Amino acid sequence: MIEEHKIKYEGAKGVPVIRETGNATKVHTGLWRTERPIIDYSKCIKCKLCYLYCPVTAYAWTKKGPACNYYFCKGCGICAEECPVKAITMVKEERC
Amino acid sequence: MKDFLTGNEAVAWAARLSRARYIPNYPISPQTEIIETLAQWHADGQLEADFCPMDSEHSVMSAAIGASATGVRVFTASSSQGIELMHEMLYIAAGLRLPIVMVNCSRGLSAPITLLCDHNDYLGMRDTGWIMVNTQNNQEALDSTIMAFKISENKDVLLPSVVNLDGYVLSYTMEPTIVPEQGVVDRFLPSYRPTHAFFDPKQPMVQGIAVLDGVNYTHFRKQVHKAQLNAKRVMEKVCSDWRKTTGRHYGMIEKYEMEDAEMAIVTQGSVSTTAKAEVQEMRRKGMKIGLLRLRVMRPLPKEEIRNALKDMKGVAVVDKNLAPGLGGIAHSEIRDCLYDIEEQPIMSSFVMGLGGKPEEMKQFAQIIDMLKKDMIDKRGRVRFV
Repeated sequence: MIEEHKIKYEGAKGVPVIRETGNATKVHTGLWRTERPIIDYSKCIKCKLCYLYCPVTAYAWTKKGPACNYYFCKGCGICAEECPVKAITMVKEERC
Repeated sequence: MKDFLTGNEAVAWAARLSRARYIPNYPISPQTEIIETLAQWHADGQLEADFCPMDSEHSVMSAAIGASATGVRVFTASSSQGIELMHEMLYIAAGLRLPIVMVNCSRGLSAPITLLCDHNDYLGMRDTGWIMVNTQNNQEALDSTIMAFKISENKDVLLPSVVNLDGYVLSYTMEPTIVPEQGVVDRFLPSYRPTHAFFDPKQPMVQGIAVLDGVNYTHFRKQVHKAQLNAKRVMEKVCSDWRKTTGRHYGMIEKYEMEDAEMAIVTQGSVSTTAKAEVQEMRRKGMKIGLLRLRVMRPLPKEEIRNALKDMKGVAVVDKNLAPGLGGIAHSEIRDCLYDIEEQPIMSSFVMGLGGKPEEMKQFAQIIDMLKKDMIDKRGRVRFV
């Protein structure tokens, strides 16, 4: 006779629901990246387009110019595409 | 109130008495009259619910899920192709643990297209996680729908339910039906107060989340499995409560003339009443024959089936459905229940009444004759009758 494998029933706690808000900051989306944006600050004209276009707001604006947070950057390459002076290049992760 | 009601009207009464607050709907034969009846009541101001005609059955179930996720009681009805169109959403309703109640008026599936009854649409839902009840008359359809809300909303279950009634055979056939008083139903079925899925801006929550790994996915599917196992106990409790309230009792299975029987017929749905009449006839001739009606398909009452059939010499499982290449669906499920006993009965599958093919009393006598032949040969067969 097949025994029912012992499984704990968690009732309402076993329902797939997230009650904690703002939890996206904990998700390490940087792990998805295959190409990394590398900024050449000598070319950068500080136009802020990369900062504005980044869909995951991985760019912060600092005194030096744009600073990319690689914990969140998924490597989509929009910043490199939009940069008017080609100051951002996408480099394969294994070469970084 | 005792009235002469079609199966559809009986079920519409059940939805009204249960105070379902949101009713997304899409008409399809043979359940259109449910929607029609509710629409009339809604237009007359007798139905206090949001009554929303949708653009397809897929949208109906999507809307039902959305509404139930905000914490209201949801009812809907569909049939056949409609069930297939909403099939994707059926798994989601169960996975999100939303106690939606749906009535299915079963009808054969295309192609070739038909409007008449068989159980393939209903049984196509058997792995979705829904609780599944198949009824044999209009009174049972009404009672089961009210009970389904109470079973589904129990905190140890939290799964959607489907109540099946046979298209046309019950859905458009009038039978004397007792409609309980509103006060009686209100006492039996208090209003729905969810603790797991609701809308409250002060307690924001995300439902329908993604789990991009197998460990969490398995965990939540296991919870659905466990909830199904819990549903057996809850169902027994709710059925006994209903018996105390109205005097009408329904079990997971129904045993008819099974005490000293040596052979048994297993049926589901409205054909059971025809089969019972023939069992009576055969009993009069001195044959030791009984009938087992499988009322609940999910959770499958394994123990009850095993205990009822373990002393039989032969069992004829009558299926109003077909798994092509295999035989009847209930046949293989019931064989599974009897795997663990010493002397297994000879079990044959009889596929009967597909697409509304007429079922007559005398066919059950023929089924028993064929079963006797299989018992001599000591092997079960699959037959179309």
